Amino acid sequence: MAHGILVLQIAAESLMPVAGRLKQEFGFDLFLDVTATDWPQRRPRFDVVYHFYSTRDFVRVRLKTRVEEADPTVDTLVTLYGSARYMERECHEMYGIRFRGNDDLRPLLLYEGFVGHPLRKDYPKQREQPLVPYRDVKR
Amino acid sequence: MSATRPVPHQQKSAAFEYLTTRKDEFVGWARKFSLFPYPFVTACCAMEFMSVSSTLYDTDRFGAALPRFTPRQSDLLMVVGTVSHKQAPVLRKVYEQMCEPKWVIAFGVCATSGGFYQNYAALPGIDKIIPVDLYIPGCPPRPEMVIDGIMKLQDKIAGERHPIINQDF
Ligand code: SF4
Repeated sequence: MAHGILVLQIAAESLMPVAGRLKQEFGFDLFLDVTATDWPQRRPRFDVVYHFYSTRDFVRVRLKTRVEEADPTVDTLVTLYGSARYMERECHEMYGIRFRGNDDLRPLLLYEGFVGHPLRKDYPKQREQPLVPYRDVKR
Repeated sequence: MSATRPVPHQQKSAAFEYLTTRKDEFVGWARKFSLFPYPFVTACCAMEFMSVSSTLYDTDRFGAALPRFTPRQSDLLMVVGTVSHKQAPVLRKVYEQMCEPKWVIAFGVCATSGGFYQNYAALPGIDKIIPVDLYIPGCPPRPEMVIDGIMKLQDKIAGERHPIINQDF
């Protein structure tokens, strides 16, 4: 338990079976979000965090799994929840997590040509990648 | 002048016959009360924009109320809110679609300088990509500040040169 929510810490391989059981047997029918947490000092570096909600029992559950920086890959959940498609796209562009089986990982909020993953801790805070060249501003 | 009392032909009052003025002053006076804003509204400043353009504060008093929703019919680009790098090409295109003469107001601190957004996503001030005539700071600016800004812009337009033919035409 953390912050009043049941938290399940699982291995990356067992993500699909666990999520499937949560949906089929425990009635967690609403996929709320997938995001990641970056721990630059830790190995493995990333947590991938899922939230599910049950519209029958009005409870939430959080799933956490750890992935390495060298191979930040987890299975996609689009076969269980169609909405995972978009959330995984966002998580992919912001953190560089790859979702095996999601064939549409184009940028969602960012744009084509953006280099890097802005929500990783090592992305320089001030680094901009403008699409329109700046004018010479004389103030 | 009353219609019942005919004016003798010889005694026309000269005051209404003609008026002397400078061309730039005259065109400026006409233009400053006939601003057609194009609201490029992207974020929370929009609330204040609605407030300032509706009845209570009423920018119609300054001739700047009727928004045109195509840049081709407008001469005042109001950039209201945060502009992200992804939107920047759109803003640039909207600006280029407007006919001369045109003016640009950066409404709110986000449009002015990016405000507190100094990160990968936000454009740090629209003057990085298009020229800006007037900056209205504030997050969001009070309607009074916007009205003050519009009046300053009117002063600027009134004092500008208004070439009938410019280098592009
Ligand atoms: S200046 Fe403030 S109110 Fe206006 S768009 Fe930016 S954050 Fe929103």
